[in-house]
Amino acid sequence: MTLGKEEAEVVLRLDRISKRFGALKANNAVSLTLRRGEVVALLGENGAGKTTLMNILFGHYVADEGVVEVFGQPLPPGNPRAALSAGVGMVHQHFTLAGNLTVLDNIRLGTEGLWSPSVSGARAKVEQLSRDFGLAVHPDAKVGRLSVGERQRVEILKALYRNARILILDEPTAVLTPQEAEALFATLRKATALGLSVIFISHKLHEVMAIADRCVVLRHGRVVGEVDTHATDRGALAALMVGGELSLPRAEARAPGAVLMKLDRVSTPDRGAAPGLKAVTLDLRAGQITGLAGVSGNGQAALAEILGGLSVPSSGQIVLGDHPVAGWSPGEALARGVARIPEDRHHQGSIADFDLTENAVLEGYRTRFSHRGWMNWRAAREFAEGIIKGYDVRCPGPETRIRLLSGGNMQKLILGRAMAPGPRVILANQPVRGLDVGAIAYVQSQLIAARDRGATVLLISEDLDEIMGLSDVIHVMSQGRLSPAFARGTMTAAELGLWMAGQRFGEADAA
Amino acid sequence: MRLEPIANPSAARQLGLPALALVATLGVAMLLALIAGANPLAVLGQIATGALGSKLAVLETLNRATPLIFTGLAVAVAFRAKLWNIGAEAQLYAGAIMAVVLGTGALGSPWVLPLSALAAMLAGAALLLGPVLLKTRLGVDEVVTTLLLNFIMILFVSYLLEGPMKDPMGMGWPKSTPLIPEARLPRLVEGLRLHWGFALAILAAIIVWVIQTRTTLGFEIRAVGQNPEAARFAGMPVNAVLVKTALLSGGLAALAGWSEVAGLKGHLSSDLSPGFGYTGIIVAMLALLHPLGVVVTAIFVAGIFVGSDAMSRAAGVPTYIADMLMATALLFMVLAILLSKVRVVRG
Repeated sequence: MTLGKEEAEVVLRLDRISKRFGALKANNAVSLTLRRGEVVALLGENGAGKTTLMNILFGHYVADEGVVEVFGQPLPPGNPRAALSAGVGMVHQHFTLAGNLTVLDNIRLGTEGLWSPSVSGARAKVEQLSRDFGLAVHPDAKVGRLSVGERQRVEILKALYRNARILILDEPTAVLTPQEAEALFATLRKATALGLSVIFISHKLHEVMAIADRCVVLRHGRVVGEVDTHATDRGALAALMVGGELSLPRAEARAPGAVLMKLDRVSTPDRGAAPGLKAVTLDLRAGQITGLAGVSGNGQAALAEILGGLSVPSSGQIVLGDHPVAGWSPGEALARGVARIPEDRHHQGSIADFDLTENAVLEGYRTRFSHRGWMNWRAAREFAEGIIKGYDVRCPGPETRIRLLSGGNMQKLILGRAMAPGPRVILANQPVRGLDVGAIAYVQSQLIAARDRGATVLLISEDLDEIMGLSDVIHVMSQGRLSPAFARGTMTAAELGLWMAGQRFGEADAA
Repeated sequence: MRLEPIANPSAARQLGLPALALVATLGVAMLLALIAGANPLAVLGQIATGALGSKLAVLETLNRATPLIFTGLAVAVAFRAKLWNIGAEAQLYAGAIMAVVLGTGALGSPWVLPLSALAAMLAGAALLLGPVLLKTRLGVDEVVTTLLLNFIMILFVSYLLEGPMKDPMGMGWPKSTPLIPEARLPRLVEGLRLHWGFALAILAAIIVWVIQTRTTLGFEIRAVGQNPEAARFAGMPVNAVLVKTALLSGGLAALAGWSEVAGLKGHLSSDLSPGFGYTGIIVAMLALLHPLGVVVTAIFVAGIFVGSDAMSRAAGVPTYIADMLMATALLFMVLAILLSKVRVVRG
């Protein structure tokens, strides 16, 4: 932190912003200032109010109270165009690019007519910007063929092209390898040196420490702390964020058991831009957590589908116990003791308008909660009450519709449902994504407990910290290919990052 | 303007808006009467008396409600699984044909009634089997196939009535040979037109309600309708559930035609159904797809039609007002269902 930044002009001021959704106060008198050339991190758990605040700034929501000032001028509420023209640019977590258009067309889209005569001028401006900020990307490349990291650069270029002076990045590293994240940070440092100001939304502490000058911590819609990152440490930030000390469980090493489930040279066809599996061989052993790292969209979805019974391999075999499976389906997977925690708990894992009882018996209704075609609702309700009690699902009761539950409580119900039959194989696809720290610790400790009982757990995650903290063995997926197994503690994050980027695969092939 | 989903709509919103839709429909009815040059309040009064003003009127309304309960149930069952069966009209005629095939002397008593009912249900189910298999196997849109089958079926009935089924004693009218007395549904009350079909329709509604709430099939139907992806993930046989739903829906719609022939008309004619299959969609939507609600809305809709006939004779307002009311009611109800789940946000 230089003295100059502290005295630099204030470019953005959020003054006592409040926003209520029904009984929930999503933002409660939140104030924030951003100076020229500064990176401010907005840190908080899921549901702390970060996204609401940025949506108010960007005009998607209208605040109940409070004022937004950009460069000293109050911003008219509820008008994204006003925010744009005042120089606020936002890069969303999910990109808003057209895959069939070129980089240049995507950048110009929405700012001017496609056939306007200034194409060469636009190209020159884009090339200039990409040089100045170190955003290497070819203007004539089709966006559909770019990697996720490159697409993010296009999004940032788009904001810069519209003369953004304030850049808001919403969880920008969630989809990047560690190396790509480092490149993004280099770009941000160049941008701030050129006078841009950045709001960096994240819940990853080490990134916040690495890039931000100041850090504003939100909890339950309130600012609970505003600290200079040079004068604090990760532990203090974590305590601020969750409101107390809370450590995530870490699994201790254990001796592996027999192979319970095996994929033997399994391949699946590519689906559009999403790669299929390329002759994947994977052993899942009793008493082991197998972590599967990788940047999203590299074949994890295809793998989860195969293992969960939703699709069958185009070649290769799935082996459960000693025998290859025949007639592979979700029902067959359940019958063979394979439990699944789906990536998308809202659309795949639960039925929003069903109550907790109905959702609890979704997988076992046929075998355990019915007789000759008649549902046994009394047993179903008792089962749901058992999960609610046993897995600490916070809810008014089993007749509550599941859509009213928070993500964490929804996931606990799904977890309880999956664990109830005592599965031997547990497939957990992004089991803690979007959960608050308390729920994350709970879900992870349950997975470890299942492993300690002798089950095998496959943990698919994009969060390298999670993979490295829990896994006994780690595989990396890239472009549908699976890396060799790496034992606990043998790999650094940087080394795994190279595998995630696909570089090490080529070297392994050449060797 | 955009729509924003409401996480937890209040009960007032979920029930109040449909009620408001009915009130708005009445408002439109008065406006239409005004345009037709009649006194709006008098017109509404005449519709009410025409539908419910006398014992005879009530029985006539219940008679008219009978096929609407069956087609309404058929639609409600299918729509619950998000299987868009627009072909209740065709399935109704399939049932009516079986009533004639088995009821004109091919079978004797006492088995003719239960057997022709069973045959009708099978015929209706079979007619919906094609569209549902095309949907599950090839992804063909069932709205198109079931809708087009209606026209095919109505033309097929015309062919039957001009050919193989034509009543030789019919003075050249396109109607079938009459049913033998043993094949007719008895009157519910001696001397009055209301027949046993009405009681069977109520029984069917109760059975459908029990299926939906108490059986595994009902649980599966609701799950597949709400979220087929989650149902499939949980191991439900989604396609088999859709096929079973189709068989149930087609069978119910066929009973409408069977009961009209066996209970009311005694023969098949090409004007057997003034669009009962399509009106069933309105009945089911007004009932928010609840099987017991279908009984109530079917009687309500039947009352509007019967009452409008009477009103038309008295006030000189065309009976088309009934059709317009039904269309208006459906539009308002669809809007009310939408608005009970989302709110309109400006900007």
